[in-house]
Amino acid sequence: MKIGVFVCHCGSNIEATVDTAAVAAAAREFPGVVFATDTMYTCSEPGQDEIVDAIKEHNLGGVVVASCTPRMHEQTFRRTVERAGLNKYLFEMANIREHVSWIGKDREANTNKSVDLVRMATEKLMRNTALQSKKFDINKRVLVIGGGVAGIQAALDCADGGLEVVMVEKTSTIGGKMAKLDKTFPTVDCSSCILGPRMVDVAQHPNITLYAYSEIEEINGYVGNFEIKVKKKATYVDWKNCTGCGICMDKCPSKKARDTFNEEIDFTKAINIPFPQAIPKKAKIDPEFCTMLKKGKCGVCAKVCPSGCIDFEMKDEFVTEKVGAIVTATGFDLFDWTVYGEYGGGRYPDVITSLQYERMLSASGPTGGHIKRPSDGKEPKDVVFIQCVGSRDKSVGRPYCTGFCCMYTAKQAILTKDHLPESQSYVFYMDIRATGKLYDEFTRRAMEEYDTNYIRGRVSMIYPKGDKLLVRGADTLMGTQVEVDADLVVLAVGAEASVGASELAEKLRISYDSYGFYMEGHPKLKPVETNTAGVYLAGACQGPKDIPSSVAQGSAAAAKVLGLFSKDQLESDPQVSIVDIKRCIGCGKCIQTCPFGAIKEIDFRGMAKADVIETICQGCGICTSTCPQGAVQLQHATDNQILSEVNALCQF
Amino acid sequence: MKVVNIISSYNSEFVEQVEEESGQKLNLCYQCGKCTAGCPYTDEYDISVSQIMRLTQAGQKDKVLQANSLWLCATCESCTARCPNQIDVARIMDVLRHMARREGYSGSGRVKTFWDSFLGSVKSNGRVFEVGLLVNYISHTGRFWTDIGLGPKVLPKGKIHFKPTEMQGKKEVEKIFMRFKEESAK
Repeated sequence: MKIGVFVCHCGSNIEATVDTAAVAAAAREFPGVVFATDTMYTCSEPGQDEIVDAIKEHNLGGVVVASCTPRMHEQTFRRTVERAGLNKYLFEMANIREHVSWIGKDREANTNKSVDLVRMATEKLMRNTALQSKKFDINKRVLVIGGGVAGIQAALDCADGGLEVVMVEKTSTIGGKMAKLDKTFPTVDCSSCILGPRMVDVAQHPNITLYAYSEIEEINGYVGNFEIKVKKKATYVDWKNCTGCGICMDKCPSKKARDTFNEEIDFTKAINIPFPQAIPKKAKIDPEFCTMLKKGKCGVCAKVCPSGCIDFEMKDEFVTEKVGAIVTATGFDLFDWTVYGEYGGGRYPDVITSLQYERMLSASGPTGGHIKRPSDGKEPKDVVFIQCVGSRDKSVGRPYCTGFCCMYTAKQAILTKDHLPESQSYVFYMDIRATGKLYDEFTRRAMEEYDTNYIRGRVSMIYPKGDKLLVRGADTLMGTQVEVDADLVVLAVGAEASVGASELAEKLRISYDSYGFYMEGHPKLKPVETNTAGVYLAGACQGPKDIPSSVAQGSAAAAKVLGLFSKDQLESDPQVSIVDIKRCIGCGKCIQTCPFGAIKEIDFRGMAKADVIETICQGCGICTSTCPQGAVQLQHATDNQILSEVNALCQF
Repeated sequence: MKVVNIISSYNSEFVEQVEEESGQKLNLCYQCGKCTAGCPYTDEYDISVSQIMRLTQAGQKDKVLQANSLWLCATCESCTARCPNQIDVARIMDVLRHMARREGYSGSGRVKTFWDSFLGSVKSNGRVFEVGLLVNYISHTGRFWTDIGLGPKVLPKGKIHFKPTEMQGKKEVEKIFMRFKEESAK
């Protein structure tokens, strides 16, 4: 094979600490290399043209580019060699940027290491074979996991684009966190008025199938052909016939059930519909609080239900759905602020979270939109807001900025004045982050028009003083300690990855960061893709986000799905395992170790043999290291190819 | 108020020395003010602890080492416990005190006299002997009426002894002072 080697300067990224001309000169001496040069930017148009020209001029059979990581430009250069008529697998990349120039300053050592990496790449390339992709049909249905605003947007955009959508939502209604909000910043428009119609659209759209109160049990398959097992949790109510009339909820005698929708500022009934605009508007029984399910006595709901929907014998049900792509929109949860002893650690009823306050402000909330102190039901006069509770705090493992608390705090301060004109709000803040459109003007309005008292400093102590709470903090601009006698304290609690995010990531085979937020394909250029083909992200599951950004990502993810489904067939990756049937002894070890179930046993002239299902194989290579015979080989990473690289490196 | 030239007034040696002796990274501080918010002595301080942190970051050696706050800090460590960036602020205050004394800043004269009297009393008695401390301090400063108001409150409670109380481990305490003297002489 005639090989051409291109050593990239990457501007000064590589050239500053690697003598690329010397690397090219050394490469010319390697067996098989007939052409080697160094270029300024190999990925640029002239850089790629140089490769195409060299292939034609020197009749090259394979190309090595020594530049950045293959994650950056392998696809780029594969397309380049393909343009020149070569098979795209007759190409190898040597990473001399991330693995060499960026990690050391010793030019001589870096140059030597680069030469070694290029030698390995040429040795492997000589053993490469042309591989061909196969085409396979795709299932043009999409699964959306999570029914918050990001998931709703993704589902509606996909459905309007003509795709069949399956939405799976963990709780008994869609709407997510946005449904709990009273108003939204910076326009102060009613949250449920703008979200409500979208929720109804989801329920009524002919292309959308909604599984509420359901969870993802299992995900199998690959891009284009996923098979999803959905667990429909037992609601003890037949949703086909439930009309959402609410009589059961009125009559249920168990009045102390946990009200998660209202952030536990009040109780709900054991059989409940979370809120009047719930979609689907169906009742479910919380078995933890139902006397019938616990003690076998009661059954009031069954007696009063006009459509006879109550079924105390109901069990979890499993359904299987086949889809071609998945949009993950699982959102976020709130940081558990009770770790802060200085804020009372949960001991004082009048220290509440921002989301609890939001429920209190909402006309459909438990207080009917009246601000009342949880302790005595009185209207507060002095309300203290504390920002960065579980944000920008290394000591509680949350060093990141949640990003939207500054804005909702300003909004809540404005609403407080609207509800209670005699009240005065105080905001303890560190920095005000209001970088969106009309955002800074909004926080200024809270100060200038609503007289909110912004105090630059953190709070270090809250303790009861009579029927008030004494809040002691610092005003760093005055350089003093300050105190406020507060009637109510609202904590701007930060966001963290939603409960169960990491378990779902493992089912989806996508990665997540150290805080549990899902990793995007590229922080700038692939914001809604993941590194698993066919799985996309939308909203706060990727990192804390406000409503406009979540909606934008929902639409972006939908665009990606529609783009993927614009073809009828996808090309499979030929980098899969294949079995040499002559060597295979039919021991079945590969079948046991394959994490994807991609290997099956076949009968070959009365003998058991292994066979790889190419479309399921992900090319992980576990079978190749398991096989005692070396009969299973991963294409493009065969034993011989890997050993040739080792020999190239360890020749002295 | 004096204009501070950020470049020419920055004492890098001072910053490096504080970081080395305390083992803390000053740039971790983002001035949230939580240390000042929780400090029980802020009302007596001339410069609040968060401002001490800022002045130290900015390399303002004279201003920091002249601060009375250093000598009023009780090392209760509220600042350390609450710091969101896990800076041991109390340790930095401790280092600054050492530096101030070593380099002859030592706050106002009375502060130095008090600390000397206190430590002298601990050295010779194994623990502080209050009346001895009082006599020593008054004889050096002439402040006869200082804390006189406390007398009627503490006397009936039997808190004041006119002879040093004997305690176990007096020798060990003395050894600490010996060891300090030896090591600081190195």
